[in-house]
Parts: sequence; structure tokens; C-alpha cells
Amino acid sequence: MREHEELDAKYAALDRIIHRHDCDRDQLIRVLQEAQEVFGYLPEEVQTYIAGKMNLPVSEVNGVVTFYALFATEPQGRFSINVCTGTACYVQGAQHLLEDFKRDLNLTGNSNTTADGLFTVKSTRCIGACGLAPVLTVNDEVHGKLTRKDVPKILRAYKRARDAEYAAAKKTEVNEADQVSRGIGTNQEQPPA
Amino acid sequence: MEQIRNSRRPDIELRTGGTGRPGRKHVLVCTGTGCTSSASNVLLEELNREISAAGLGKKISVFKTGCFGFCKLGPIVMVHPGDYFYCLVEKKDIRELVREHLKNDRVVERLLYRDNVDSAPVRRRSEIHFFQAQNRVALRNCGLINPEDIHESIAADGYFALADVLLNRKPGAVIDLVLHSGLRGRGGGGFPVGKKWAAAAEAPGDEKYVVCNADEGDPGAFMDRSILEGDPHSVLEAMTIAGWCIGARQGYIYVRAEYPIAVERLEIAVKEARKLGLLGDNILGTGFRFDIDLRLGAGAFVCGEETALLRSAVGLRGEPRPRPPYPARCGLYEKPTLLNNVETFANIPVIIRYGPRWFAAMGTESSKGTKVFSLAGKINNTGLIEVPMGTTLRTVVFDIGGGVPHGREFKAVQTGGPSGGCLPAEHLDTPIDYESLKEKGSMMGSGGLIVMDETDCMVDIAKFYLEFSQDESCGQCTPCRVGTKRMLEILERITEGKGKMEDLDTLEELGAEIKDASLCGLGVAAPNPVLSTLRYFRDEYVAHIRDKKCPAGVCRALLDYAVDEEKCVSCGLCAKACPVGAVRGAEKGRPYFIDRQLCLKCGACIARCPKEAIFTG
Repeated sequence: MREHEELDAKYAALDRIIHRHDCDRDQLIRVLQEAQEVFGYLPEEVQTYIAGKMNLPVSEVNGVVTFYALFATEPQGRFSINVCTGTACYVQGAQHLLEDFKRDLNLTGNSNTTADGLFTVKSTRCIGACGLAPVLTVNDEVHGKLTRKDVPKILRAYKRARDAEYAAAKKTEVNEADQVSRGIGTNQEQPPA
Repeated sequence: MEQIRNSRRPDIELRTGGTGRPGRKHVLVCTGTGCTSSASNVLLEELNREISAAGLGKKISVFKTGCFGFCKLGPIVMVHPGDYFYCLVEKKDIRELVREHLKNDRVVERLLYRDNVDSAPVRRRSEIHFFQAQNRVALRNCGLINPEDIHESIAADGYFALADVLLNRKPGAVIDLVLHSGLRGRGGGGFPVGKKWAAAAEAPGDEKYVVCNADEGDPGAFMDRSILEGDPHSVLEAMTIAGWCIGARQGYIYVRAEYPIAVERLEIAVKEARKLGLLGDNILGTGFRFDIDLRLGAGAFVCGEETALLRSAVGLRGEPRPRPPYPARCGLYEKPTLLNNVETFANIPVIIRYGPRWFAAMGTESSKGTKVFSLAGKINNTGLIEVPMGTTLRTVVFDIGGGVPHGREFKAVQTGGPSGGCLPAEHLDTPIDYESLKEKGSMMGSGGLIVMDETDCMVDIAKFYLEFSQDESCGQCTPCRVGTKRMLEILERITEGKGKMEDLDTLEELGAEIKDASLCGLGVAAPNPVLSTLRYFRDEYVAHIRDKKCPAGVCRALLDYAVDEEKCVSCGLCAKACPVGAVRGAEKGRPYFIDRQLCLKCGACIARCPKEAIFTG
């Protein structure tokens, strides 16, 4: 039941996003970006929903989603580790960091997300913080000037953060509210561009 | 506007060496991406708290500002008057800084910049060599003003060029002025800006657009980001001037979503400019109507190509189309569109203020003005610099950039990102201008400049760039889609020790064909990193193929892992880290060893070893 309510809340947020952009076809990329903030990723159902609301063929929406690297069509982990593989980071050993993360988290083949849904590890295009190379971001936090020895440290720190989160949620028993607010994202109040 | 300028002028003067308002101090904290990543926002909070706790709130103001350029030393805090430059400031330093410097006027020496560890601290920014050697034109306001306050921009002469143009000049005269300045496109192509403006102005049609290309996709380049973060109003001002010259009423800034701070500052800037009537229906009471909106990219390198950008800006897949027709005739919504890059626009207001002659006096015969470069890679002073065109690569890398760290040897400097090339030490005296770099097999590009040292394998670097271009190819045209893939496969074979000597000829042949036959700039330039490394570092390719060796010790398949018995303390961490059990210890107290047959060359043992006892060779 709770899941239903959560999902309804997300679709309501999506309606508001589309409405704020006046169903303007030109703003499709912006709508998709904000939708991704709400849902965490863009599953087929969401793409179809957006296409319907904006009066576009689903193929066109899907074409845009698959063209741009920032859109994900698979669920993402609680913590998204994005290792910058711009040139400056690459020559400072970003590739090793990426491999170490994948190995430490047992990510093989095409899977980028751990089975427990805690971490997603990906490489990202240059984030422009080349002065701090090699850098990575975990959700919105930037970590710079890293060495391979930092990899296990970073993983441990975020596992601890997750444990603390759970403990806090249990204690105060406001688990529900926390989940919903986290799910809906923070950007919905931003002014339209 | 005059009023605003006069009322806030003392603030700016205080920061540029004047007296300002006696008794007052300004603390500027860099809030560019680099320093924000090093938690400069925490410093801001802490400063404000400590200052009010010390009861100095009336005399001392704290401001956010844009990038100072010396990213390696971030977070950077400056105190004016006096031009004091504090670097690598941490939260715990703030109390001392407030008590000593702000309250008692005693400079905190230990936080000042030093040329090297032993040398005496340099107090003022103007005395630091890194800054002395520069000439900041496009970056004039970065690190000087608060980018989130339009009044500061106006106090630093912002929007006065626009006022001058709207009130006193004719569009044609302004275009001539831009033409005479010799300014060329700073996004990489180097097309004369005045010609572009003239073409867009002459194009028939009532509906025209001005678009700013802020899709800075070259890895290792962050010039445009810093301008947008540090001085967004200069771009808005220039776009409005351009709109007036060509007869457009709407402008768009297409900016990467990977630059959240830049997007936020632009949104604030547009809102503030609208409020003051510097954008909107009746700009400065002249009846001229012009507005600017943002369009966000979503992570596609090819969208930096102008025709792809124009498609992406209206929410489509960013696929380029053949030119002509050029955007100046047929661009956004099939209407005449003027498209310039961020740095190009940032130069416009000063060209109008100081005149084309002033601008053309800087630079070389064919390349006028200055160019911003982002220094990164194996270089001591990573950061953002601006130098006159014609400055040599050597000056940039060794003089301003401080050379290669750890006493290693310089190998190559890469300009132009995935579209450019790597130049070796023998070409360090090449003056930086559009033609010289092209002649040497590289290109100006947007201004990313990455230094490589002896530990970088040039075959691996070529492979890195080709992987990038291959991945970012939109897939429309076969030469780029399939050609880059085939080249990449050959390079992969070479780095795995499976290459043949004929592969080198195939690479050159394929490269030339891809350059000839591709639809857009991405494909045309994609082979450049391979071709330039083949030209200057052929011996490294040959070593990979013939000797099955990677001279720089990078290509994993060609390396062997071994334990330095002297350094090994037999802790066993490496054996635990090894996924295949290739690292073993014979008996207690004896050094460990690596079974070469089993070793996957993954490097897990190196990462774990506390004594750095495992080496490759």
C-alpha cells in the first residue's frame, strides 16, 4: 500500500514538472532530467507517461533518453559513485580507481549496481575539477586528489553512513516520511529556466 | 546604472589596489567548482560566524567570488585591501585568520603562498609569478566580483558597453568594430567572429537568435565553466549586444548539466538582469527587446558541434547535419542564428569599451587578443591562466605552470582535447596561435592544455582519446562510427602486445580517410590524437609491437609484477587482496612472491601494499 502512495506522489510530482514546462517539446531534456531526479531513473513506464503527456511518440522520447549519457534506464544505487575519466584524471590514475571500485564491489560484466542496491559505480565525463585530479563524486559530494588507498576508505565511509541512516530511521520511526522525501528529490521547487 | 556604479565603485577599488572606503576590509572566498569541491562553502559559513562573534560585522564583509585560477591551492581566500592571498585554507584556520589579520592587522604568514617549501612567503597576489605572467582579459572579473550580485558587475563597468552600443552606435559599426579587433572564435574553430556576426546580420528574416555555446565537453578543459561561474554577466551583456547587432530578440545559453554551479549562477544572473531592465522588453529605455533563457545539455560531447547543439537545444537527439547551410542562415528553428562560445562572448564588452586597436595590439599577426587555458595533468600549477596569443608552450608549461612535478621528465603537451594532438618537447617553443598549432598537427581547441610526463604511455593516451571519440560518436555517418571503432581495435591490439608493424600504416590510412569523409567536426578530428602521436612518438608504438614492451610502464599486458624483497615486510595484505591467489608467501618472515602464470595484472596488490614493495616492469 505504501509503495502505491509513494509512486502516486512521484507521478504527481512529474505532472507538476511537465506542467511547469508547459508541455513544451523544446524542454523535453529538462523534463527528463527532472523526472530522473524524482524517480531515480527513467523506466519505460515513465518514458511512456511523459510521451503521452507531452503529445510525443514514445520512440522520440526513448530516442532522446538513450542518446544522452546522463539518463539511466536502470535503477541506480543509493550511492552513485561517478569516477571522472577526463584526461587530467586519466593520467593521474582514474582508471585504476574505477577498476578497484568494481573489483571491491564484485561488479563484473555489464552490471554497474551492487546486488544490495547500495552502490552504483560509473565513469563520468570531465566534471571540470581537473585541479583536484583524480576526482570522483558520490551523489553530490566531490572527493579529490585520491589514491588507490582511498577506495576502501570511501566505501567504508558510505556503508557507515547507510548504517547510521537505518539506525536513525528505526529509532525515530519516521521511516516513511524519510523515504518519501528522499524519493521525491529536492529540485522540484527550483524556478523554471 | 551610473548611480549603481558610483555607489559600489569603492568596493571594487578596494580590491584592485585603491583605497576604497577607509577602515573596511573585504574577504573574498573562491566559490568556483575546484574550491567548492575543497569545501570553500564551509569556510564561508565559518568566516561569517567568526566575524560576527568577534564583533567585526560592520567593518568586514565576506563575499563569494569566481575562480582565481590557482585551483591547485584551493580553497583560496583573499583579504583586501592589501591583495593578501591565502591558500589551502581549512576550517580550523579561520579563527586565527579572523583574530590575527582581520582584527589585529597581523598577516598570517603560514597560510600565504610560497614558491616552494623553503622560500619566503609571498604576501600579495600581484607579487606571485603565476599571476604576474598573465594578462587577464576574458577573466577580468573572475576572482574580483561577486558573480551573484549584478551591482558588483556594474561597478566593474559591466553593461556599460551595452549602454554605449544601444545609445550611441549603429549595428553595422559595432560589427565592423568586432571585425577590426581580429577576434576569432574561442571554441576551437577560430572563425573570425566579426564575419559570423555580419553573416547573421545580413541573413534575411525577422526572427533571429543568438546562442551561446557553453557545452564545454573537452575533457580537461574548464575555461568556460570558470567564466560562467565567476562573471556570468559579461556573457549576458555580450549576447545582448550581439542580439542588437543582428536583429535578434531571443538568446539561449546551452550549458552542460555537469556544471551545476554555472547553471545556478546563470539563472541568478538572468533574473537580476531582468529586474534591472538589462534584459527584457525595453532594455535601458531604448525600446530594444531581448531576453535570454537557458537550455541544459545531458551529457553528449557531440553537442558542442554547432548543428548538433542547435538540435539538442530544442530537445532533440544531438545529431549534427551537413553544412551548408550554416547556422547564420539556417539555425535554431531554421532561423538565422549567431552561435559563439562563452570565452568569445566574454571578450566582446571589453573590445567595445577599449576599442579594436587595443585588442589587436595583443597577440600575433593572425591571432589577436588573449587566450584562456586550463592547465592540468602532470604540471605543478594546475589551474586557469590567460596569456596573449603567441606566448610559447614553454612559457605556459614551465614558467607559469611551474613545470612537471616530482622531478620527472616532460614528455608531451596535449592541446585541443580529443580533437587535438600531443606535441613533444622539441616543439615547446611553438607560439600558441591557431595556425602554428595546426601546422604541428595539433589545434588550439577550446583551451584545455594537459601535460604528460615520462610515466605516460603515448599509445595508451591515443587509445584513451579514441575510446572517447568512439563512445561519443553519434553514429550517423559510417566513417566516424565504424572507422574509429576499427582504429580503436588496432590500438587495443598494440597495447596488448599483439600488434603488427603494418598496423601503423593502416592507422594512418584509416585516419586520413575518416578525416576526409566524416560528416562533422567530431569525426574529422577524431584521428588527430593517433596521427599526432604516430608522428612524434612512433618509437613507442614500435616498442609495443616489436619488443612487446611499454617503455612508460603503463600497458598492463606488457608488464610483469614483482615483489621488491628488500621492501617486503611479509604482512600478507597483498596475498589477501589478490583475487586469483597469485601472490604467495613461502614461509613466515620471508618475502612474498608473485606467480606470473596466475597473475591477472589487476594491480590489487599494489593498491594494498603499505610499503610500496610491489613494482611493475
